[in-house]
Amino acid sequence: MKIVNTSVPKKDALQLLTGQPVYTDDLAPKDCLIVRLLRSPYASAIVKSVNKKAALLIPDIEAVYTWEDLPADAKRFTLAGQTYPEPSPHDHLILDRRLRYVGDPVAIVAGRNEAAVEKALALIKVEYEVLEPLLDPTVAKDNKIIVHPEDDWEALCPVGADNKRNLCAHAESNAGDIEATLADCDIVLDRTYHTKAVQQCMMETYRTFCTIDTYGRLVITGATQVPFHVRRIVALALGIPKSKVRVIKPRIGGGFGAKQTCVSEVYPALVTWLTKKPSKIVFSRYECMTASSPRHETHMRVRLGAMKDGRIRGIDMYAVSNTGAYGDHGPTTVDLTGHKPITLYRTESYRFVADVVYTNNMPAGAYRGYGAPQGMFAVESAVNELAALLGMDAFLLREKNIIHEGDYLPSYYGETNTSCALDRCLARAKELSGWEEKGLCRKLQNGKVRALGMAMAMQGSAIPYLDVGGATLRLGDEGTYNLLIGASDMGTGCDTILAQIAAEVLECDLDAVSVFGVDTDASPYDSGSYASSTTYLTGQAVYQAAAELRRRLTLLAAKLLKCEADEIIFDGKKAAKIDGSGALTLAELAVASQAGNDVALDVTASTKSTASPPPFMVGVAEVDIDTETGEVRPVHYYGVVDCGTCINPNLAKVQTEGGIVQGIGMALSENVTYAPDGRVYENSLMQYKIPSRLDNGRLTVVFEPSYEKSGPFGAKSIGELVINTPGPAIAAAIANAVGARFYELPVTPEQVAMAAAARKKK
Amino acid sequence: MELTLTLNGKKMSRLIEPGILLLDFLRSEGCYSVKRGCETSNCGLCTVFLDDVPVLSCSLLAARAQGRRVTTLEGLRQEAEELAAFIAAQGAEQCGFCNPGFMMNAIALLREKAEPSVDEIRDYLAGNLCRCSGYEGQLRGILAFIEWRKSEKGGAAR
Ligand code: FES
Ligand code: FES
Repeated sequence: MKIVNTSVPKKDALQLLTGQPVYTDDLAPKDCLIVRLLRSPYASAIVKSVNKKAALLIPDIEAVYTWEDLPADAKRFTLAGQTYPEPSPHDHLILDRRLRYVGDPVAIVAGRNEAAVEKALALIKVEYEVLEPLLDPTVAKDNKIIVHPEDDWEALCPVGADNKRNLCAHAESNAGDIEATLADCDIVLDRTYHTKAVQQCMMETYRTFCTIDTYGRLVITGATQVPFHVRRIVALALGIPKSKVRVIKPRIGGGFGAKQTCVSEVYPALVTWLTKKPSKIVFSRYECMTASSPRHETHMRVRLGAMKDGRIRGIDMYAVSNTGAYGDHGPTTVDLTGHKPITLYRTESYRFVADVVYTNNMPAGAYRGYGAPQGMFAVESAVNELAALLGMDAFLLREKNIIHEGDYLPSYYGETNTSCALDRCLARAKELSGWEEKGLCRKLQNGKVRALGMAMAMQGSAIPYLDVGGATLRLGDEGTYNLLIGASDMGTGCDTILAQIAAEVLECDLDAVSVFGVDTDASPYDSGSYASSTTYLTGQAVYQAAAELRRRLTLLAAKLLKCEADEIIFDGKKAAKIDGSGALTLAELAVASQAGNDVALDVTASTKSTASPPPFMVGVAEVDIDTETGEVRPVHYYGVVDCGTCINPNLAKVQTEGGIVQGIGMALSENVTYAPDGRVYENSLMQYKIPSRLDNGRLTVVFEPSYEKSGPFGAKSIGELVINTPGPAIAAAIANAVGARFYELPVTPEQVAMAAAARKKK
Repeated sequence: MELTLTLNGKKMSRLIEPGILLLDFLRSEGCYSVKRGCETSNCGLCTVFLDDVPVLSCSLLAARAQGRRVTTLEGLRQEAEELAAFIAAQGAEQCGFCNPGFMMNAIALLREKAEPSVDEIRDYLAGNLCRCSGYEGQLRGILAFIEWRKSEKGGAAR
C-alpha cells in the first residue's frame, strides 16, 4: 500500500489553519434575515395565546410565526437523522402548542438585524397554562403526567413505543437462560449505575442558512452530518415535496453526533419558504447548552455472574434511558448501551432489557458512542469491582473472559467476530502503562495518591442492512479525478481518507483526487456521517467506484488502441498494451474521453454492509487524587486501539486523542443538572466544564491492528469507539485510590473527598 | 460613532454602532477567521491581536480599538502558514473551527518566547479550547515547529 496507511496531511488542512471562510456563517449572504426563537420558560406548558402585534410593529421585523401559522395538516416528524422509516418516533412539530421542556420553541422571529429581532422577542406576549413537569426518568414510565398525550404522535417502526405510557421505546433481547446461569454462579454482583447527560460541545454551534434558487427551490446550507436526511426531514416538516429541497454542507466545526439531529434547520427553512427571502439561524452557546441534543442520561442495573476462578458466566442489564422531551435517537442509542459492553465477554447467557422514557428534560440525541459509553461505564465498572472482590488482577480477569477472533457473538446480533485484536490490545496496554510495575495505587511525596484503572471497549462500523454509502468517481481534465461523496467531513478527515482509498486503487497521487461534498443535488446518496460508518461503508463505495473506473479506463484505452481490454495494463499513469505496441497516458485518455467518446468515465457505487465489525480499545488511566479536596487530575492516559487498518494513522491517532479527552470530560467534569423547575444549570462553557489542555494530562495512543476483510484495505471504524474507556477506567483508578466505588458519572470532587474522608474515619 | 484603526496593516475609518463588539466588527469587515464559540469569554476562538497583544475580541468593544492596530489571522498569512504546516503534519487541525484563535495565541507565544517548555505552551494556550483534537497533536506540532525553527536559524531564534 502506497497511500493507504500513510499519514498524509488533510486535504483542507492549510485552509482551515489559516482561517479561510469555509464555514456556514462565513458563507451566508449578507442580506439574510436573522432568525431567532422565543423559547419556553417552563418545562411543561400549553400556549394559550400569543400576541405578536407589538413585535410586528418594529420596522425591521419581517415575520413572527407561532403554532397558529403552521399549516393545519402539518404532520409530526422526528429531528433524528436516520434512514427512513426512522426508528425515532414522529413526535415533533416545528412549533407546537404544547411545550415540553425549558427551551422548547414558542415562536420564530425573523428580522433584518439582530437588534430588531432581540427587541421583538421581548415584545411578544405569551399566555401560558403552566403544567406540572415530569423530570425524573426513573418514575416516568406509566406516570400520570404524560409528555406526549397527542393522538397524532406516531412510531413508524416497532420499537415498543407507547406515548400514553411515556415510552419512546422498550427493548428486550437475550440468549440462554440468564436466571438459571446467575443462580448457578459463585458470585452475583448486583449494582446500579447512573450516567448524566453530557453535551457534545462542538466549537461551532448549530447553524443553518437558507435561500431560494433560480428554480424556486429551497436551498439549505448548514452544519450537518446528514444532508440527505435533512432534505427529507425538512420537506416533511414543511409539507413540501423533497424534490423542492436541496441541502449543501460546507465545512463543519465539529459534530460528534450533535449534527446528526436537525436541531437548527427547520426554523430558517420555514422562514425562507414562507418569505422567499434568505435567512439564517446561529445558535448561541446558551441555546446549545440548554436546547440541543445531549447524550441520553441513563440508569442501569447490572447483574454480573461469575465463578470464584474468575469465569464470567452471565450478564443481565436493565437500562432506563432518558430521552427527554422528544425521542430523537431514543430507541436506537439504548441498543448500544447493552449490546456493546455485554458482547466484550464470552458468557453463557445474557439479557438486556431497556425502557426509553419521555420526560420534560431537554431532548437527548446522538453523541459520539451513541449509547455505548453509558453501558461501557456500567459493565466495565462491574467487572472491575468483580476483579477486586476476587482479588484478581483486572487485566487477568479480562484475559480469561474476552471474545476472540472467530467467535460467534450472540449478544451482537449473531454476528461473527471477524477481526479482533482485543487480546493483543490488552497485552500492549498492560505493558505500555507499566501496570504491573507501578501497582494500582501509591502515595506521592506531595500527599496525593497516584492510581491506575483500566477498561475495555468496542463499537460497531456502520448499521448493517440499512445504511448506504455512496461515491462517484470521474476522470477529470489532465488525467486527474473528481471524487464526489455524500458523507460529511465534520473535521474527522473523511474527505482525505476517502481520497486516499481512491488514490490507492487508481495508483495516483493524492493531489490528483479532488473531493467534493456534500450537495444533495450532486453527491451520490449517502446516509451520512454517523454510526462510525464513513471509513468502513463509504470507503467501500469509493473502493468499488475506483475499481470500476479503472476497468472503464482500460476499456476506453482498448478501443483507442484497437485491442481487447485484457490486452491492456493500466499502471495509474498510462494504459499500455501488454506487447508494448502502444500506450496512452492518463492525460491523453482524459482528452480522448471528451471527444467522440461513448464510454462514461464516471462511476457511482453504492454499498451496504452485512455486518458491523467492531473495533476494540483498551484504555488505562493514571490519575492523581487529592484525598483532602477530592480533586482528580489525569496524569497519563494510555490507549491501545484495534480499528483494523489505519487508513491514515495520524488522523486515527488524533481521533483517538480527542475521544479520550472527551471521555475524560464525561468522567470528571461534564454534567447536565436540572433545577427543580426543569431549567438546566450548566448553560455556558463557564459552568459546563469541558477539558482544557491543562486537564487531560499526557496521552499515549498506539494501534494493534487486526485486518477486517470486509472493510476497505482491512479498515474498521475509529470515531466513536475512543470515547468509551475513560469513564470506567478513571472511576476504577479513583476506586483503587480511595477504596470506595463510584456508580455515577461524572465522579465529582465532592464525592471523592467524602469517600476518602469516610475511609479515614474507619 | 467613527472608528479609526489599522486593521491588518491598513488604516481605515468606519461609522459604527457604539455597542458593537470587536468580534462582530471584524467579521463585518470580512475577517472571517475570527470565530465565536461562546458568550462567556471561555473558548478563545475569537482571539485577535490588539497592538500585538492577544485579546478576546468577543469581550472588547470595537470602539476600544480606536487609534490602535488590530491584527487577525488574515493579516498574518505567512507567519501562520509556517506554523500551520507543522500542525497539519500531525493531523491536529481536525474541524478547524478553533484553529484561528489557537493559531493567533500560539503565534503570540512563539513571538514572546522562542523555546517555551511544554508546560509553558499548555499554560499560555489554556484559554484556547478545542473539542476535537485532545490538544496533544497541537502540542506535537508546536514542538516540531520550534525544533525546525532552531535548525533553520542555527540556534535560538530571535
Ligand atoms: S467567543 Fe468564546 S472567548 Fe470569545
Ligand atoms: S479542531 Fe475542532 S475544535 Fe479544535
